[in-house]
Amino acid sequence: MNYITLLLALIFVILPLILSKTLHLDLEKDTIIATVRSIIQLLLVGYLLHYVFDSDHFFYILLMLILMISAATQNARKKGGSVTGITWKLVVTFVFIEILTQGILIGLHITPAKAQYIIPISGMVIGNSMVLAILFLNRFTSEIEAHHEETELILSLGGTPKQAVHIPLITAIKSSTIPTIESQKTIGLVQLPGMMSGQIIAGADPIQAVQFQLLILFLLLSTAVITSALLGYLSYPSLFNKKMQLIKTNFSS
Amino acid sequence: MDNHDAAIQFIDVNYSVEDTSILKNLTGIFPKAKITTIVGPSGAGKSTLFRLCNCLRSPNSGEIYINGKRISDYDPITLRKMIGLALQNAPMISGTVWNNLELPLKLQGKQLIEEEAKRLLLLVGLEEKFLFHKVGDLSGGQRQKVSIARTLVNRPKVLLLDEITSSLDRVSQHEIEELIVKINKEFSTTVIWITHNLQQAINVSDYTWVLMNGELVEAGDASILTSPTNERVQQFVKGESF
Ligand SMILES: Nc1ncnc2c1ncn2[C@@H]1O[C@H](COP(=O)(O)OP(=O)(O)O)[C@@H](O)[C@H]1O
Ligand SMILES: [Mg+2]
Repeated sequence: MNYITLLLALIFVILPLILSKTLHLDLEKDTIIATVRSIIQLLLVGYLLHYVFDSDHFFYILLMLILMISAATQNARKKGGSVTGITWKLVVTFVFIEILTQGILIGLHITPAKAQYIIPISGMVIGNSMVLAILFLNRFTSEIEAHHEETELILSLGGTPKQAVHIPLITAIKSSTIPTIESQKTIGLVQLPGMMSGQIIAGADPIQAVQFQLLILFLLLSTAVITSALLGYLSYPSLFNKKMQLIKTNFSS
Repeated sequence: MDNHDAAIQFIDVNYSVEDTSILKNLTGIFPKAKITTIVGPSGAGKSTLFRLCNCLRSPNSGEIYINGKRISDYDPITLRKMIGLALQNAPMISGTVWNNLELPLKLQGKQLIEEEAKRLLLLVGLEEKFLFHKVGDLSGGQRQKVSIARTLVNRPKVLLLDEITSSLDRVSQHEIEELIVKINKEFSTTVIWITHNLQQAINVSDYTWVLMNGELVEAGDASILTSPTNERVQQFVKGESF
């Protein structure tokens, strides 16, 4: 592909624009913003990666990872409720996931310790972790609200904060990870995962592409469950004060 | 009444939520080993007062003493086990009646004996067969009975009962009244009982608080209800049907 063909690809943006206009869907502004942003962001990342891969220097890899984690934290913090200290709790979660997954991948020689592997895989892992963090926080907030009478009951009987939020916490962890698990059951049947399709189009052997895709799937499974559980156990204490009283205002976003 | 006889003492307690004052300069006592009823219109702050006693909330100013010791000097968990609170809506954890009865002990890593659970059910006037019923299938009155039984599991020294008979029929109401009086006499349990039913308050109380608009309007024996002298209490009693 070159820039001429990419320009032609913009037809696929013009079609929804026309449709939006004729059907009064009022999606024109958002579509244009989304298109412009994706072009700028991806081209920027492309050139950045080109440079980083060329140098393959540890410092640049680290810089990229810090950028990814900052962006993910920023995004999840805005959309994921207002738990006190949520920023560092998200950072801890993302850093932990990143170290754990890359530690296993590189440590066991599953993937080489090269920028070409580390950065895209980290991108998928951290991106997925971010989505899960938002899902979890939203779900946890609504579970706490729905079950606040039971929470208060358990506290009033002399239960600890952890016992008091056990059910909402477990429910939120479970329900935020279920979509990840469910989507893996039908993968390949309905649609080919994006990464695999990309690899195949770029000329990779489909078997090789499948192997990589499976690796990513398993990684994302781990990421999903660990993100929700870790974030859950980091964030529930901020629902309570020192006297083990439920502070409601802390969780409404 | 002397302060030594107070199970719970309020001194100039204020409680507000986001600039809304809910309890105002509350000063008064709940006498030890006696039954005190709290009456007053809904929204007066009665349930909130119980949450303060159980340390589910803390006052913005003033002091609450429990058995002569400042409430803030207690470990909240120890305090909450000592002060049994039957919440107004009788909330249940999902599962069976048994799950709810064993909850107070399970939270402490202990096990409730099934015989004890059945004894508690009979005490509150529920047949044994309800033990393994799902709480979702219970009527409002049955839930209230389970809630009372569950509050008794910890054998608290102080019982805070928040409108526990509001969904019960006359007969059951009397049975619960008799039960509470019996527990009070037998174990010298201090009982504080919020009720909407003035006749019930007159039947069971040694001492009564009339709470209106977050203020303690009057406290004394049941005569403050039967022959009220305070103008606001008179108004309130007139408005309630006996
Ligand atoms: N968490 C809360 N936030 C805001 N207002 C509350 C809260 N809890 C109680 N209130 C208000 O405090 C007042 C007293 O409530 P409550 O103690 O339940 O009264 P009662 O039990 O006498 O009917 C009511 O006006 C209620 O709306
Ligand atoms: Mg109430």
